[in-house]
Amino acid sequence: MTTNTAMHPTHSPTALIEANDLCVGFGGRSVLEHIDLALNPGEIVTVVGPNGSGKSTLLRALIGAIDPDRGQVRKAAGLRIGYVPQRLHIDPTLPLSVRRFLNLPGRHPRAQVDKALARAGIPQQADTAMTQLSGGQFQRALMARALLDEPDLLMLDEASQGLDQTGTADFYRQLEVIRDEIGCGILMVSHDLHVVMRAADRVICINHHICCQGRPEAVTAAPEYRALFGTDDETALAIFRHDPHQHPHDHDDEVRDAG
Amino acid sequence: MLDDFMVRAALAGLGVVLAAAPLGCFVVWRRMAFFGAATAHAAVLGVAISLALSVSVFAGVLAVALLMAILVTLTSGRGYAMDTLLGVMAHSSLAFGLVAVSFLTDVRIDLMAYLFGDILAVGRDDLAVIWSGSLLVLTLMAWRWQPLLLATVSEDLAYAEGGSPRRESLYLTVALAVVVAVAIKVVGVLLIAALLIIPAATARAFSTTPEAMAGGAAVVGVGSVLLGLWGSWELDTPTGPTIVCVATVAFLLITSLARLTRARALH
Repeated sequence: MTTNTAMHPTHSPTALIEANDLCVGFGGRSVLEHIDLALNPGEIVTVVGPNGSGKSTLLRALIGAIDPDRGQVRKAAGLRIGYVPQRLHIDPTLPLSVRRFLNLPGRHPRAQVDKALARAGIPQQADTAMTQLSGGQFQRALMARALLDEPDLLMLDEASQGLDQTGTADFYRQLEVIRDEIGCGILMVSHDLHVVMRAADRVICINHHICCQGRPEAVTAAPEYRALFGTDDETALAIFRHDPHQHPHDHDDEVRDAG
Repeated sequence: MLDDFMVRAALAGLGVVLAAAPLGCFVVWRRMAFFGAATAHAAVLGVAISLALSVSVFAGVLAVALLMAILVTLTSGRGYAMDTLLGVMAHSSLAFGLVAVSFLTDVRIDLMAYLFGDILAVGRDDLAVIWSGSLLVLTLMAWRWQPLLLATVSEDLAYAEGGSPRRESLYLTVALAVVVAVAIKVVGVLLIAALLIIPAATARAFSTTPEAMAGGAAVVGVGSVLLGLWGSWELDTPTGPTIVCVATVAFLLITSLARLTRARALH
């Protein structure tokens, strides 16, 4: 696959979500430029890009949290989105158990909540307060809530944060299982390049605009990708290793990223 | 029964704290404490305007509180931090309000009543206004409870699920303005924020669900009003401030008690 065919995606009537010529700027600074993308049912697409390249902004524009300056987002009728945000702060003054969090805003049968928690790997934590969960458990609770209604589209923003290396590998393996089980499309943002590349059907590399996209092996060979991430796997591995071990609680990168 | 001024005072206080309970929880959860105080301070300007124009104080305060709240919501995120903006708007509207009132020669005596409330002077008309406003806020809170909670936990989650967190925070803003307008007679502009925050903060100590916290805040609020009224009668102290003092003592006692029981449970 060439790297620029997908610069002009075909308008697919079956697409779950589609962005056309999406432009977003904050205070005169352009963050997203002319983004065209479409995601089909059952497809796993990963968005990669350096810090501050607009990855999180892209997801937030797709869910409707940011109004684009130009272009539009089209969603399939009745599209159910399961969204796992990059960071979520719950004020400690808000008493909220994991079960109550999953029952927000609509109530669900007890068994359905338990099943979602089991699927996300925290079956024992239903009655724990959200603010008392560890980073990894919190991330799994977000995942459980996103999966609760069997979404058509799962959107993950750096969802493996707070998980250790094995946890991260398991997490991405589990994504494929989830896709096969509920048949949802998955759109995720990550800089865990090494692991993400294996799980994705398609990789979109962005740095404000779409630099290149295609199958993982095609993208890693593309000159645009190499210009951003270096030329070999060791660089990617170094980026991957750097984060969880050196700065387990340092989210500065993500803050800049979200800006 | 309504002929007794103490009964009218109790009913007025109850109307305010019942509406303030669920709203106060959101003020605490969303860290809007200063926002609440600022909206309340702006009410003085509303008082001045309504006295000058000879319209109902309730209407004037409601209008200015709404305007203030909407102005802050619109201008936030444009260069200045939220609390700087609130500081500018709250204190300037308080100052402008006080200056404006000084031009109205015949109302100087009334000013203390608007700053600290005059619950013992509540009439039947005031009661009708207070309870209408209170029921409106309670209805709004009950209707929007779940989507408001979700928007409080995460605006992005709300957006992703087709919600509109901006509309939800507008509901909160309106509810806040209404509570300020009905509470001005009871505790005055300077102490309204206390009735929002202290009962909710007290209830946090013994609550494990958001609903329990709102209910607990209502109980603490009702207790503070009744005890405060009785205390101010016995000790001949100003009623509004006495109610707030009782709520504060409850906060200190219950929070320390909860901490002690938790420490004992660990051993």
